[in-house]
Amino acid sequence: MKKKLISILMAAAMVATVFTGCGGDSGESASKSDNGSVYWLNFKPEADEALQDIAKTYTEQTGVEVKVVTAAEGTYEQTLTSEMDKSNAPTLFVVGNQAAVKTWGDYCLDLEGTKIYEQLSTDDFTLRKDDGTVASIGYCYESFGIIVNKTLLEKAGHSVDEITDFASLKSIADEIHANADTLGFDAFTSSGMDDSSSWRFSGHLANMPLYYESVDDNWTECPAEIKGTYLDLYKNIWDLYTTDCAVDKTSLATGGYDAEAEFMNGEAVFYQNGSWEYPTLSEKLGDDEMCMIPIYCGAEGEENNGLCSGTENCWAVNANADQKDIDATIDFMTWLVTSDEGTKMMTETLGIIPYKAAPDSKNVFLENALEYSEAGKTTIPWTFNYTPNVDEWRAGVVAAMNQYDAGGSWDDVEKAFVDGWATQYKAANQ
Amino acid sequence: MKKKTNDGTSVNSPLLRRPIQRMFFVFLLPTFIAFCIGFVYPFLQGMYLSFCSFTTISSAKFIGIGNYIKALEDATFTHAFWFTALFAVISVVLINVLAFLVAYLLTLKIKGANLFRTAFFMPNLIGGIVLGYIWSMIFNGILSKYQTSILMETKYGFWGLMILMLWQQIGYMMIIYIAGLQSVPEELIEAARIDGANRWQTLIHVTIPNVMSSITICMFLSLTNGFKLFDQNLALTAGQPFIFQDDGSQIKTTEMLALNIYNTFYGQSSAARGTGQAKAVIFFVLVALISVIQLRATRSKEVQQ
Repeated sequence: MKKKLISILMAAAMVATVFTGCGGDSGESASKSDNGSVYWLNFKPEADEALQDIAKTYTEQTGVEVKVVTAAEGTYEQTLTSEMDKSNAPTLFVVGNQAAVKTWGDYCLDLEGTKIYEQLSTDDFTLRKDDGTVASIGYCYESFGIIVNKTLLEKAGHSVDEITDFASLKSIADEIHANADTLGFDAFTSSGMDDSSSWRFSGHLANMPLYYESVDDNWTECPAEIKGTYLDLYKNIWDLYTTDCAVDKTSLATGGYDAEAEFMNGEAVFYQNGSWEYPTLSEKLGDDEMCMIPIYCGAEGEENNGLCSGTENCWAVNANADQKDIDATIDFMTWLVTSDEGTKMMTETLGIIPYKAAPDSKNVFLENALEYSEAGKTTIPWTFNYTPNVDEWRAGVVAAMNQYDAGGSWDDVEKAFVDGWATQYKAANQ
Repeated sequence: MKKKTNDGTSVNSPLLRRPIQRMFFVFLLPTFIAFCIGFVYPFLQGMYLSFCSFTTISSAKFIGIGNYIKALEDATFTHAFWFTALFAVISVVLINVLAFLVAYLLTLKIKGANLFRTAFFMPNLIGGIVLGYIWSMIFNGILSKYQTSILMETKYGFWGLMILMLWQQIGYMMIIYIAGLQSVPEELIEAARIDGANRWQTLIHVTIPNVMSSITICMFLSLTNGFKLFDQNLALTAGQPFIFQDDGSQIKTTEMLALNIYNTFYGQSSAARGTGQAKAVIFFVLVALISVIQLRATRSKEVQQ
């Protein structure tokens, strides 16, 4: 008797688990309004709270339902894959680089000529499919470079104006590193190569050699092969980062360092990262205490460089959604970049938005980016957005750099960088 | 044949039992539906997808066996297979020998046996990713004294994974062996002792044949676990170190089959998703085949008590 009871309970539990999954979904679709609705699959966990609020405001003002779902850090591709299969698929999602355009291009509505497209102030961040139609448009852009703690730099007897190229950066960094014990701080924060930090180097720093090569060869799309002409520069700056630093380079692969904390605690002067660090850093450091300078790595004419500005935050509208949902989504996007509430939220949480009605940002690093470009310096685009099979390619570069740090040869880094690109290009375009 | 008598509960009355028996499918239905939703459908769908090119499963286009050709031509897949096979074989031997040894010692009525059992079983309750990160700290803490880390050499990664796996699995297999050892009839052991068998002879000729069913199940579990290893692999080495070959391809020397499939599916563009799916089907067939062979081989040695 007891056994029977147990088996009945088990069966009931099993059935319950099977059907609870359906419950939530059917409820949501029932409440869907006739005016169409918006489902934004967001990929920035740190912006989730603000986006939920703005969605609520929009619903209150217009009655159009806006659902914002945020994928957990590093799982956007997985979440998008499963969400796209549902009957209530996202109407607004993120397609941030050429690799994503390859995968999701068929799902992207051609935005050219829509009213949101007309609000754009620049076409710089627009991603296009092979046939030239628009796959996605930028909704905010960011800058990266080397963040400097000006107070510490002055304590070491130097000022930001002295740094104009790789040679001046190196001499100051070398001097600080040599006197680290007396100064109480070092030149660079740790360059950790675990997943939480390696993208700063396999992604952002790799932009430098890729950018110079793209200028030489006039890239307009992802090249099938690259030459690695400027990898020496990559080595220059990487050696500088790992030498003029408080931690042993052999421990970078697995050390679990927290460069952000090191910088905030005043343990180092320089920290390579982007404008998205501003909200966190400003908790500890005042606006006049920090600034961002270009990544100098020894290229000719680099004293005329500005910061690297670009974005992986690009909106794509689901071409397979119902027409009324598409219309609702485009209305919502337009509202975000034209209304007072929308632009305010976007600028405060995401950064500068490339739209005509954009207000100024209070982000110091983005101001630096503007100052450089107003002074006539070249803004470096995010060339790394071309990377084929970006995760696999970066994994190879990281593995090779780990070997190099442990005393291996630089040849492997070149192989991973150049040959790896060709291999991944072939794999992505088979 | 004697008809079963009513033991008093009305459920067993033929009047009630017959209609229930006739309607058996109604009672089977919930379980059957759950089985179909949770297993049969995804399995068939997965099979079908391995012959398709797709981004999401609703956009699948049938393309024939191209995915299988690509999967088999992929050098990283073959490398992952041999690495996994080597790992599985060594881990099966080590896990089972050590788990049996611990179980044997803990059934010798030593003091604190229950405490030891609990302690040895505990690692099993921790998730693979967490274990991977904890052990990576331990290994790297030691290796950093020699200016290296677990990501630098394939052999470090291999044995690191092995230690982690042993630490996690031995306790679990030990519990199964203890149950097996405790069910060996005392009389048999006593009879062997009276016949003049020493401890070793008793173990080989009486105890082991009698726990053969535990050995079968433990071998099965450790073998399939070895092949399916994923979280620990991802957290501990993620495939590093890589070998960069002259043709531009790279081999992730400590990448096992499951991680290889995951990386193919999500690390590359959608063109490779079908290939990843084909690899997954090949993976399933391999694991099923190997475990069936293993089950047959050990089952035939089991004795009826």
